[in-house]
Amino acid sequence: MLICLVVGNLVATQKNRKLEGAKLMLVQPLDLDDQPVGATFLAIDSVGAGIGEKVLVVIEGKAAGQALGRKAAAVDAAIVGVIDAVELVAGI
Amino acid sequence: MQLARVLGEVVSTVKDANLSGMKLLVVQPLLASGEPVGRTLVALDSVGAGVGENVFFVRGREAAFPFYPGEPPTDATIIGIVDHWNT
Repeated sequence: MLICLVVGNLVATQKNRKLEGAKLMLVQPLDLDDQPVGATFLAIDSVGAGIGEKVLVVIEGKAAGQALGRKAAAVDAAIVGVIDAVELVAGI
Repeated sequence: MQLARVLGEVVSTVKDANLSGMKLLVVQPLLASGEPVGRTLVALDSVGAGVGENVFFVRGREAAFPFYPGEPPTDATIIGIVDHWNT
């Protein structure tokens, strides 16, 4: 799972039937210093995340489909948690 | 499977119901030399690993298998704590 920042949402009227009703968010992966790293991508949201929140994103098809509650859905990433805190121990 | 060091813990209250009670750990993948390599990621814990320990984890769909018949949405799970390794 990656720590990501929700940077936007996306609306698409015409889409695969399996994606109907799905909330699509644009997410930016972060490093441990909260700096953006790598490209933004789209993830299904199943937990009610909002723009500006730090979230946990799973990047695996079956888990993402499960989060959406549908089998054989054409998805490969899903937001599965809203992060309250990342507790790091210094010097490890 | 890959070697990694546990750097910290992630706290999340609002999350997928299948993740409730699960420990989320920040891990840094390691080379055989013990040097960090690549991006850090968050993995589920299935063995009681703690911060500062060297562990190994599995990626992909198989990451949910340690919790069978549970099916947490995960793409990385810690499946062992390393005592030592030789190269």
